Amino acid sequence: MIGSTTSARTTYRQGARRIAPFGAAAAAFAASFAVLSHEAGFGAVAAIVMSATTFAGSAQLGAVSVLETGGGVAAAVVAAVLLNARYAPISVTVAEQFEGSTLRRLLEAQLIVDESWALSRRRDGRYDRRLLVGGGLLLYCCWVGGTALGTLVGDRLGDPETYGLDAAFPALFLALLVSQTRTRPAVTAAIAGSAIALVLIPFTPAGVPIIAATAACLVGLRS
Amino acid sequence: MSDVWVIVVVVGAATVALKAVGPVFLAGRELPRTLTAVLLLLAPALLGALVVTQAVGGDHEIVLDERLFGIGAAIVAILFRLPLMAVVVVAAAVTAGIRALG
Repeated sequence: MIGSTTSARTTYRQGARRIAPFGAAAAAFAASFAVLSHEAGFGAVAAIVMSATTFAGSAQLGAVSVLETGGGVAAAVVAAVLLNARYAPISVTVAEQFEGSTLRRLLEAQLIVDESWALSRRRDGRYDRRLLVGGGLLLYCCWVGGTALGTLVGDRLGDPETYGLDAAFPALFLALLVSQTRTRPAVTAAIAGSAIALVLIPFTPAGVPIIAATAACLVGLRS
Repeated sequence: MSDVWVIVVVVGAATVALKAVGPVFLAGRELPRTLTAVLLLLAPALLGALVVTQAVGGDHEIVLDERLFGIGAAIVAILFRLPLMAVVVVAAAVTAGIRALG
């Protein structure tokens, strides 16, 4: 009973605490989604329902900007689904940690977002479900709350780019990447993934570069 | 159903399904070693792609703007082993500062 697994057991609260600093940035992004969606013809209820069900910033902003620039419904849906397609492989990486009824797993899986996933990685390369769920839940509240706030106060919040928030998220992912890239295959995969994304950005719809970059993990077949 | 609600419902349903793939169908299952080796490298590959798309990604083009100064500052902060949150704050502050000057 003295095993290290028991003493090292994490809590949902730890997950929430770990992600808390990013809650404010997420709320600000959600508010700007609400403002943009209003310009694209979304009512307040539609904006809040989309944040509560889709819960993925880039896909929501992507769909709204396609619609607003006259891309049409089909193009907006395809863009958003492509942007979220990465969640299929991401959800497979955390799958072994999930347990309980199908409904419970289905609901908890909805808390998988880039940030909660990346912050719940353990040293051994596996993922901690409690950290993911705790962090994801807090981020979910900030996301839906920020959207509601955005529909109420609208443009008075100003542009999140003024505060440099658009650089905050790539900086977060870069810091996580550096801390998680300890082995040689991991470095190779990181460089290959970045290169694939960079080359594809000019030629494909947003979302495709990220999906295509997952092919870089095939370097793992050599080891 | 209006255009807006078609988007809300279809994108919402698709995202719920995409996120559920692993936890609903593969929960608690020990995956084959080869597959695990490959999956472990998904994180660096995806994180690298997220950094690139969010740092220089535009609408069908590479956009080099104030974000790069923020990322540069973040790299310095990482080299000095600052905590995660400090790295993020430095990146946002530098980006906002350069933007305010420009």
